[in-house]
Amino acid sequence: MSGQPEESAAVELVNDRTAIDSVEARLLAAVDRFGYSQASRFAIRLATEEALMNAFNHGHKGLPATTPVRLEFTVSPRRVVVVVEDRGAGFDPGAVADPTCDENLECPTGRGLMLMRAYATEVRHNATGNRVELVYERPDGGG
Amino acid sequence: MSSTGSRLSVKRDQQVTRIGFIDRNILDESNIQAIGEEIGSLIDAEPEPRMLISFENVDHLSSAALGTLITINNKVRNRGGQLRLADIDPQIYEVFVITKLNKLFEIHETSEDAFKSFS
Repeated sequence: MSGQPEESAAVELVNDRTAIDSVEARLLAAVDRFGYSQASRFAIRLATEEALMNAFNHGHKGLPATTPVRLEFTVSPRRVVVVVEDRGAGFDPGAVADPTCDENLECPTGRGLMLMRAYATEVRHNATGNRVELVYERPDGGG
Repeated sequence: MSSTGSRLSVKRDQQVTRIGFIDRNILDESNIQAIGEEIGSLIDAEPEPRMLISFENVDHLSSAALGTLITINNKVRNRGGQLRLADIDPQIYEVFVITKLNKLFEIHETSEDAFKSFS
């Protein structure tokens, strides 16, 4: 498995379910080819989905619905890296309220970033806050 | 794929409304909105709604789906009703645990357990 080349792609996506499903299917097919577990597959899909929805719903708030988000992924035997970049003004990830606090528990929104942090090994934002990099390290080390 | 028809199966059983999902993935935002509106209408139709939502066959859900469940829970509670969730896959149950929503919702392992729990 360690001899396999990595697989990568970069696409511009609009907020269309068919297009999102299609690129997620490509990502997950690569994840499957490298033999990641079902739990890893679930984690990668969930974190990617939340990153995309945050980009479209929050990053692109007020922008035309046709504004595309850029998604890049690289799958290798040891890790999966997914980058989602929107064209919005960005945000401060440190200023997002903790949705698990008692006072926020009944708020219907605000869980996307938390789920990304829970399911990815690392979540990195750029200084502007309009680009997020999800790094998923294979739990068993791979290779 | 979301524009036509219900995304739910709905069955009335004694005083309980049993709800299931047709889709394995509850990710599409327009579907999630439609699901919320449909369950909202079912809640509105009952004086004291008793809602049992089964997640049997559901493989994935997003934070948007969790948000809709919270809205449903608030609506049921405001009408003096009861909401139960059941048949949740272990991976999805972990999402409820991480978000601590397992503390907010009454979750049962099976629909039958949930059904019996209505007072």
